[in-house]
Amino acid sequence: MPAIKTYKRPVDGWWRRNPFYTWYMVREGSSVFVTVYALILLTGLWRLTQGQEAFDAWRASLASPIALVFHVLALWMFIMHTLSWFKVMPKTMPFVRIGGKRVPDQTIINAGKIAAVVCTVLFYVVFLWVTP
Amino acid sequence: MAETRTITIECLRYNPETDSEPRFQSYDVPFTDDMSVLQGLQYIKDNLDGSLTFRWSCRMAICGSCGKMINGIPQLSCQTFLRDIFPARVKVEPLNNFPIVRDLAIDQSDFLAKLQSVKPYLIPKDPKPVSAGTFKQTPEQMDEYYQYAQCINCQLCYAACPQYGLNDKFIGPAALALLHRYNADSRDGGTAERMEVINSEEGVWGCTLVSYCSEVCPKGVDPARAINQNKINSTKDYFLRFIAPKGGR
Repeated sequence: MPAIKTYKRPVDGWWRRNPFYTWYMVREGSSVFVTVYALILLTGLWRLTQGQEAFDAWRASLASPIALVFHVLALWMFIMHTLSWFKVMPKTMPFVRIGGKRVPDQTIINAGKIAAVVCTVLFYVVFLWVTP
Repeated sequence: MAETRTITIECLRYNPETDSEPRFQSYDVPFTDDMSVLQGLQYIKDNLDGSLTFRWSCRMAICGSCGKMINGIPQLSCQTFLRDIFPARVKVEPLNNFPIVRDLAIDQSDFLAKLQSVKPYLIPKDPKPVSAGTFKQTPEQMDEYYQYAQCINCQLCYAACPQYGLNDKFIGPAALALLHRYNADSRDGGTAERMEVINSEEGVWGCTLVSYCSEVCPKGVDPARAINQNKINSTKDYFLRFIAPKGGR
């Protein structure tokens, strides 16, 4: 068969063409904030090993306007990250059956969201409990 | 007599013999409430411009031939109605991510080769003669694959998949969903044969769970789920080969 002349259209800027793709990019991009935040916490741990003075300096640096803006942004990104990943969670697991009936995807998504809220609240309770 | 209104249909045109790149051409099409985008295109071909080229066959969302990008979204043109788009214009383009052969018709050969590579047929676990009777299956066993068996090979999911757009070596949503449809079937024994496709770089690991494939599927198939379940299977396959007899298969 002779080769057919075809035309393939470029895919540049594909993630801006559809809101679905843009949200996908937000989901993926939010992991950058998760990484940066983890590094900030690790730095805190490292400063703690250097004594109280070093740790206090680290804490003081978190009160700077740039750090505060970053925290607000990071919180928003963490919420996006959590919600967007729980949204696709059912797709990453085999069908779950309880009493022979398949658990609907939305139930799995909701369970994930509830677990996230419960863990967050529990963390704060423990935090307030151990804080003098 | 149903009310007739006029809608503008903008079609991507490409003639490989004369055009270096595609262009848009607009047509004013009278339509009634019961007309699909496909019927709009047929009106153009019959009355306005006989050279407009597009694929179609059954007109009832079962053959999977008439998929197009309609206002930027991969849809079956027989299932999308002009009344729902009016008064806006309808922009019809060939499915994204595929080479255009002419106008709205894409080259499907890449998909067909991929479909063949996943061995989309039952490879019986224990072959038995017809005289031995049918293979039996419980409703629960059928439920494991039934949804994936609804695929009509319309390729909307490929047009929805940015990973396929960026790298057409990726086996892609529909072929991997059909691969899983047979692997998940209790009568099938071909998993080991299909594992090579799953494990390959062009297999399930090419997917980054954008999951738009599952959104656009006109038949409620969930290719993103099939692919991502097989990431678990691929991981198990990789590790079990070291510890389990026969690689855990």
